[in-house]
Amino acid sequence: MKNFSDLYLALDQTNKTNEKVEAIVKYFQTADAADAAWAIYFLSGRKPRQIIKTAKLREWAAEISEVPDWLFEVSYDAVGDLAETIALLLPDTNAEGSNLPLAFWVENRTMPLREMTEDDQREAVVQAWNELDANERFIWNKLVTGSFRVGVSQSLVVRALAQVSGIEKEIIAHRLMGTWSPNTDFYLNLLEASAEDADLSRPFPFHLAHQLDFPLEELGEISDWQAEWKWDGIRAQLIRRGGESFLWSRGEDLVSERFPEITEASFSLPDGTVLDGEILPWKDSKVLPFAQLQRRIGRKTIGKKLLEEVPVVLLCYDLLELGGEDFRQKELQIRRAELIKILEKLPGEAQKTLQFSPVVKAASWEELTKIRDESRSRKVEGFMLKRLASPFRVGRPRGDWWKWKIEPLTVDAVMIYARGTGKRASLYTDYTFAVWNNGELVPFAKAYSGLTDKEIRRVDRFVRDNTIETFGPVRSVKAKLVFELGFEGIQKSSRHKSGVAVRFPRILRWRDDKKIEDADTLDAIHRMLEAEN
Amino acid sequence: MRLIKPTERGLYVEPGDFYIDPWLPVERAVLTHAHADHTYRGSKNYLVSKEGERLFRTRLWNEGNIETASYGETKKLNGVKVSLHPAGHVLGSAQVRVEYKGEVWVASGDYKLTYDPTCAAFEPVKCHAFITEATFGLPIYRWTKPEILFEEVNEWWRGNVEKGKATVIFAYSLGKAQRIMKSVDASIGKIFTHGAVERLTRDYREMGVELPPTRYVGEVENRKDFAGSLIIAPPSAQDTPWTRRFGAHSTGFASGWMRIRGARRRRAVDRGIILSDHADWDELLTAINATEAEQIWVTHGSIETVVKYLKSIGKEARPLETKFVGDAPEAEISDEKEPDNHNLQ
Ligand SMILES: [Zn+2]
Ligand SMILES: [Zn+2]
Repeated sequence: MKNFSDLYLALDQTNKTNEKVEAIVKYFQTADAADAAWAIYFLSGRKPRQIIKTAKLREWAAEISEVPDWLFEVSYDAVGDLAETIALLLPDTNAEGSNLPLAFWVENRTMPLREMTEDDQREAVVQAWNELDANERFIWNKLVTGSFRVGVSQSLVVRALAQVSGIEKEIIAHRLMGTWSPNTDFYLNLLEASAEDADLSRPFPFHLAHQLDFPLEELGEISDWQAEWKWDGIRAQLIRRGGESFLWSRGEDLVSERFPEITEASFSLPDGTVLDGEILPWKDSKVLPFAQLQRRIGRKTIGKKLLEEVPVVLLCYDLLELGGEDFRQKELQIRRAELIKILEKLPGEAQKTLQFSPVVKAASWEELTKIRDESRSRKVEGFMLKRLASPFRVGRPRGDWWKWKIEPLTVDAVMIYARGTGKRASLYTDYTFAVWNNGELVPFAKAYSGLTDKEIRRVDRFVRDNTIETFGPVRSVKAKLVFELGFEGIQKSSRHKSGVAVRFPRILRWRDDKKIEDADTLDAIHRMLEAEN
Repeated sequence: MRLIKPTERGLYVEPGDFYIDPWLPVERAVLTHAHADHTYRGSKNYLVSKEGERLFRTRLWNEGNIETASYGETKKLNGVKVSLHPAGHVLGSAQVRVEYKGEVWVASGDYKLTYDPTCAAFEPVKCHAFITEATFGLPIYRWTKPEILFEEVNEWWRGNVEKGKATVIFAYSLGKAQRIMKSVDASIGKIFTHGAVERLTRDYREMGVELPPTRYVGEVENRKDFAGSLIIAPPSAQDTPWTRRFGAHSTGFASGWMRIRGARRRRAVDRGIILSDHADWDELLTAINATEAEQIWVTHGSIETVVKYLKSIGKEARPLETKFVGDAPEAEISDEKEPDNHNLQ
């Protein structure tokens, strides 16, 4: 247990990816197979369901700590986490921590609690608390209340395991898919060197593009080029080989299980096919905002309701492998023709999920420039321009493929409110922004995404240090910080004090180089509105 | 009789016509310690501890008529007996004992009972009424023994030395910074200081506190010197370009608030070092009991909770609203304004 709690602490104490991987590697280098299996189970976000009622745990902890109920309550409120509150309140024992293995703690000291009478449970819990040090207690409390979570992504775990075993990341990721039991056999198979499964799942490197940074005309004849809308989703590769399907996101995460409708549709593809495309939230023949897709990314298991609310499609760009043959060196126009053939042969349901990304026809660059103005209303980011004769390359080479993105509408605004999620220990992450109107700051948009974690923590600290008033989870703050907000559209609105409503507002940048006097005015925004419509 | 009562200028002792830690200018002030939220400039006469004189003079820009009293020495102000007693908070920190017509009141200022090699240990003073701080007045706050804590800090520092990294600890420049440099194993590497820390460290040395050698960061020309060293800086330096010069480094924040995981994560440092110059829950109760006071006045922090708890164990306790912010999370940055150099040449 000690080693696992040290690992947890190490992961919790750093926000640097390399150090996280280092800590995981260090753990697996010495861990016994049974412990390692459980560790992977927990690190990859799996957890046993609640074993002990939180109310009971709380009652017993208060009794043992000799803390009256109301004081326990106040403490809990300050900490914001029950397992931690209990760990902090319990009297210090002389425990040096437990050297018993993690697997023993899970299988012999935790799981059996489920079958016990309440009296026996209490005795077993108190006994466990006595044997564990403060950090271990925290982790164990989380385990028994079914709320254990480690803040690492699956891809970090995969990276670390690849480093420990010398086996390729893709293979590890593949072997971690699906359902498995955390036991010695599983762990030994995971690190098994034989790699028959390797080639099947392996994706090709992605071909990426730079933003066009010179006049369009320099690309030459428009007839040599193909223009497609630039979609704002998750770039992905769908692989169908050896009777199995694999969906890889560009971050090289295996995401097959997150998007079951795409996986299912892929069953109809001929064996030895690899498609390049974009995962998009798609309903009634239209793309939904990216924020909707985020609802699906954030979850391990996708409920029925979410599947109905946010269905996805793979909008296919390219064909990389056909009949097991690597197609990447063939010309784009040939790949594209074959792609369309394959997709058209799919059964109706699969065709709805695996669509091809339409090509936009224009006779001249001027005409294409005009069509590009539709981007905002089509909820796309502009165009992708690809040379018809281009192969599918590796990395981000210049020359054949270009992004030609539209500029988002931007406004410099001042933060005036911040909202947290209630408890004192949480972060302030949602902000309300204002612009000037007759020497007064009027609220005009709310935004939450767009800052780095580090920036969020800096803003959070600012909020706490500069609070004017607190209303429940909301604080009004001194007008001091300026942010550049981007949004996709702007409309008149009588319901908003500012008279305008913006679509998809997000924070583009923290303008710590600007003073609040430099923020935009409501007039400027109204002018933007007129220009838009 | 309420010998000490809150007014809009600070805690006021009416028969003696003086204030304790006033935040607005007054005729006569008695100060508990030199932290910014207790030592305000602008009053005419100050009474401060001899043991902390240098620090008070720095904070007060040496302005006003500054008189000193040694711990335990009794002064008379308009017929009221006043004496200062060690509070164990920072160098020269004092509890103020006030006696008038047989009635004894003690204002604790900030205090702790945990061992601190840079200042005199807290001394319980028997009194009728005790005004206690309650910054960490919740049972979740219990400090790790300093010897264990600093062994962990040493281990972390050594680990960073091995990786060729600098170790940067953010801590209050008055008190905690010096406590850290005195408590770590200085044989591990060199110790460097931020300007704000260096100035006060100089004051500590001048007051006779022996500290390991330190160097002001600004004097260092070769940035490679920072690899493997320990750098002590005020919290306000975190996430600023100032830290870039250290190259690869690991960061820590030293504060009692680091006991809570949420606070640690919010701070976004590599290490939360649970080190406070305030009393934890157990220390608060121990100190309060040791005074044998009939009346407890609670201020500075978890006032409501401590009052309610003291009442529940049969004590006569009441809240006392003052303006001290001290070590409260909201003041983490504001408390660390650099002391100016005025009048100190
Ligand atoms: Zn203080
Ligand atoms: Zn204070």
